[in-house]
Amino acid sequence: MKFTEEHEWLRVEGDVVVVGITEHAAEQLGDVVFIELPDTDQEVAKDDEVVVIESVKAASDILAPIDGEIVEVNGMLVDEPGKVNEDAQGDAWFIKMKPADLSQMDEMMDEAAYKKFIG
Amino acid sequence: MSDLKRTGLYDLHLELGGKMVPFAGYEMPVQYPLGVMKEHIHTRTSAGLFDVSHMGQVILRPKSGDVADAALALESLVPVSLLALKEGRQRYAMFTNDAGGITDDLMVANRGDHLFVVVNAACKDADIARMQANLSITCEVEVIDDRALLALQGPLAEAALAAIAPAVAAMKFMDVTIVASAYGDLWVSRSGYSGEDGYEISVANDLATALAKALLATDGVEPIGLGARDSLRLEAGLCLYGNDIDETTSPVEGAIEWAIQKARRRGGERPGGFPGATRILNELEHGATRRRVGILPDGRAPMRAGVELFASEDATAPIGNVTSGAFGPTIERPMSMGYVTTEFATTGTTVYAEVRGKRLPATVADMPFRPSTYKR
Repeated sequence: MKFTEEHEWLRVEGDVVVVGITEHAAEQLGDVVFIELPDTDQEVAKDDEVVVIESVKAASDILAPIDGEIVEVNGMLVDEPGKVNEDAQGDAWFIKMKPADLSQMDEMMDEAAYKKFIG
Repeated sequence: MSDLKRTGLYDLHLELGGKMVPFAGYEMPVQYPLGVMKEHIHTRTSAGLFDVSHMGQVILRPKSGDVADAALALESLVPVSLLALKEGRQRYAMFTNDAGGITDDLMVANRGDHLFVVVNAACKDADIARMQANLSITCEVEVIDDRALLALQGPLAEAALAAIAPAVAAMKFMDVTIVASAYGDLWVSRSGYSGEDGYEISVANDLATALAKALLATDGVEPIGLGARDSLRLEAGLCLYGNDIDETTSPVEGAIEWAIQKARRRGGERPGGFPGATRILNELEHGATRRRVGILPDGRAPMRAGVELFASEDATAPIGNVTSGAFGPTIERPMSMGYVTTEFATTGTTVYAEVRGKRLPATVADMPFRPSTYKR
């Protein structure tokens, strides 16, 4: 699993990359009450806004961590946004992407580096 | 946060794991480890204890010894009938300015030989200065700065407080009393700002932490932060000064004209005689051009403060805006309140909120969103 400074995690599963937010990010957001997922079958560029997540505190944008095509979204989260607080790094993934260039993940943090990053 | 003030319960907040944030010049707990959503639901199903010591407590003591003189004096600043306020009762009121706007909202209690007033934290310095400037001829204006203020709200509030002061069980909504207890004299009102039955309790600062700990040791009482306080009051349809009403909104626009009794209206016994009376009396008869309403988003996206409202998906000029918006944990849906021009203020009217560049439908709705459970 790889991690970004925007508190996203990425996991390679076959030829797709699964993207979510970290447990640390979910804890900071507080109770998640709304999630807006992107359309599938669309090409996005790194740093495009792809997901809107709203907690009891505020609204945040989740940015695409890499270039690629969105091939699947986790529709369950629309009805049960609170899953993000329960299982942020497991079942509560946001999107699956077909990466344009997998080497974009090379520079990202591994778990140990991310833990150090969040202190 | 070095310039921020702390309440007498500050150390207890830290001990309880409160996440402290700046609020109205104070360091206050926005949430405890339970989190906003669970704290909200806990208050509705059991009981929640809130520190509201940042609010201002003031006694208006009539120099004549007759509380009617204090009531009449304060009536010069608020459009509410205080002469009719009976001993042992409390009433909601608002300070107005010459333009008919609201400079704060407050609670006024008649405690026999004086009035006890509770005002908002962010406005208290201005409120106190104004009362001192305007009421000092008839009243001693005593600022109470050695007492904490707790709110205990929810269906288990009565049992929890009655275990400490049995007399509070017989109180009804908006009753006030002073009861002796192991924590000194408690100034108790059966009121609050959550839509639940419950109490606000003024207690000497040096006994406040002990009282809070005793209440928290009771079954079903949990500490609740400002986050849940906000979603609770919004579900209850209660306006927050600074968000939903302010100097630019009149009592009629703010839909709180129910607090203006007949005696202060045209044709009443003491019509007018408060700042902004010309505008407010006119609006009481003819209505205002806009009105605070409840707004329920048709979808799941919350519509928060500042979001503009439109008559249609493609209209260019807004018809109003959202002033408070959040997810309602008990009603399990997003909820908002805000202002719309009067023609759109009828319950059931569809309006469109612009959220992240999209026009999302919402429906003007009656408040409270969740029926209140005051003990009448």
